[in-house]
Amino acid sequence: MNDTLKHIRHVLSENPVTMVAAALFALFIVIALIGPALVPYDPLASNATAALQPPSAAHWFGTDALGRDIFSRTMVATRLDLGIAISAVLLSFALGIALGLAAGFFGGWWDTLITRTSDTIMAFPLFVLAMGIVAALGNTVGNIVLATAIINLPFYIRVARAEANVRRGAGFIEAARLSGNGDVRILAVHLFPNILPPAMVQVSLNMGWAILNAAGLSFIGLGVRPPTPEWGILVAEGAQFIVSGEWWVSFFPGAVLMLAVFTFNLLGDALRDIFDPRRRT
Amino acid sequence: MIKVIAKRLLGALPNLVGVIVITFLLTRALPGDPAAYFAGGAATKEAIEQVRVQLGLDKPMIEQFFLYVRDLATGNLGISLTTGQPVAQELIARLPASIEMVVLALLLACAVALPLGVLAATRPGSWIDQLCRLVTTAGVSLPTFFTGLVLAYVFYFLLGWAPSPLGRLDPMWSPPPTITGLYLIDAAIAGDPGLWWAAFRQLILPVITMALFVLAPIARMTRASMLAVLGSDFIRTARASGLAPTTVLVKYALRNALLPVVTTLGMVFGFMLGSSVVIEKVFGWPGVGSYAIDALTASDYAPIQGFVLAMGVLFVLLNLVIDLLYTLIDPRVSLEG
Repeated sequence: MNDTLKHIRHVLSENPVTMVAAALFALFIVIALIGPALVPYDPLASNATAALQPPSAAHWFGTDALGRDIFSRTMVATRLDLGIAISAVLLSFALGIALGLAAGFFGGWWDTLITRTSDTIMAFPLFVLAMGIVAALGNTVGNIVLATAIINLPFYIRVARAEANVRRGAGFIEAARLSGNGDVRILAVHLFPNILPPAMVQVSLNMGWAILNAAGLSFIGLGVRPPTPEWGILVAEGAQFIVSGEWWVSFFPGAVLMLAVFTFNLLGDALRDIFDPRRRT
Repeated sequence: MIKVIAKRLLGALPNLVGVIVITFLLTRALPGDPAAYFAGGAATKEAIEQVRVQLGLDKPMIEQFFLYVRDLATGNLGISLTTGQPVAQELIARLPASIEMVVLALLLACAVALPLGVLAATRPGSWIDQLCRLVTTAGVSLPTFFTGLVLAYVFYFLLGWAPSPLGRLDPMWSPPPTITGLYLIDAAIAGDPGLWWAAFRQLILPVITMALFVLAPIARMTRASMLAVLGSDFIRTARASGLAPTTVLVKYALRNALLPVVTTLGMVFGFMLGSSVVIEKVFGWPGVGSYAIDALTASDYAPIQGFVLAMGVLFVLLNLVIDLLYTLIDPRVSLEG
């Protein structure tokens, strides 16, 4: 345990950027939790007299075409964007681990079926597949979560399957079986803890990507509907004003989105260094 | 060698079948009545019934699937509701616009990422290594729609260097006679330098936007695999034998390091095909991606299905080409086969 702490401290001290990322991460979580209570304006209230105003002391990020405060809208959107990403990643984590463990542990037909399905998902450009899923299942936030979860599934299946495959003949599994444990209990109690570290690394690397993906889908008009504030939609709403010079409408939500993804990617790299030093590049 | 190639071709088949099965299931999974979706919002009861029979939706699932495969084999992807044109024909007409953008972006990304990765690997810890690290982490964090808009603002609105970020050509020009559909090549064939330049200027911003996004995985992989190769024994031997540093670096190290990079190109293409949809929307680019977005807005299902299928098939084929390329440039693979 002491060694682990030392290792974590070493990783942190070697790369001070990680500390910044951790602070930003905490900030995003706080905004997602209590942001809506803190914002200065109602994110949906329009005000025709204050339309398309550049950033000022009253409106830090300026106002959009309907006079809505962009700062408030961007802050309020944090909860929805992080919510979509977190639920999607958790869903693919739970489902992918269960399927992957079953495939690696039982082998045979199960294995063929699950691996084939996962290969087929990977045979698509993933964003395009997500588009197709949302278009088919219906244009709702729930389906954005589901589509994002499905396209992330193969990564978890692979991690879990590989580990289960290697360990299914290991001594401690044989011992557990001899002591009278059933398959399900062996999978849950004995194998699952072993795949947790590589799976956690995958989670942290996936989070940023899941946010990008969800924002991209709503940018092209899928999932979240206006006037609900969401980063992708906020950027899309401002896109038409770029050519006439009203940059702030798109810029601030886009910059916050980028910062969020950047934060998660930096944290993911740091977590990978902590959990799995061999995979550092 | 031929055996290896045949094996790769066969290996791509299951993926192709998988892509077809999934696109089939996606439309049959439409909530409610698929016939009503394909007939469109304004359709009468009779029209819906007609579509149902036409698509074979009144038949059992398995039979429907074989009807679907038969349609695909004859190149029939259905009719777009909004334009009334066959989907396959429209996709083919719009594909060159997307291909021109994607290929140029890939070339640009490789031209920047390969030297960056190599330099970072030869000088670990130096400023260029830090730069590479920054670029690779920042690059994957960039929402392409955001970078596209920022570039359009800076280079069109502020500096006035780029043309209006809308479409493949300024309305002043008329497109070159269609031979390949790629404006740069068609304009060159037509011998019109002014037109070529106009088409090229329109391409710059979308291509840079996409290249920025895919630079990261290529640079990261180049750096990692160069580092691994440079640490190996045969490089030490080559150096000890007194070979010139550039010979060691390019002929010995780079050629070996490129193999894993070629494999990641498959993943990179997946990113590009996905992000091209978003970039086409930002720049009003008339490619297959914006075709799909228009169809999404109009709840026009045949084009969406056709688009997802076309992208899936294209991606499987691209991966196959990369696999074959890998076989060709790595002599060890043909020995194994």
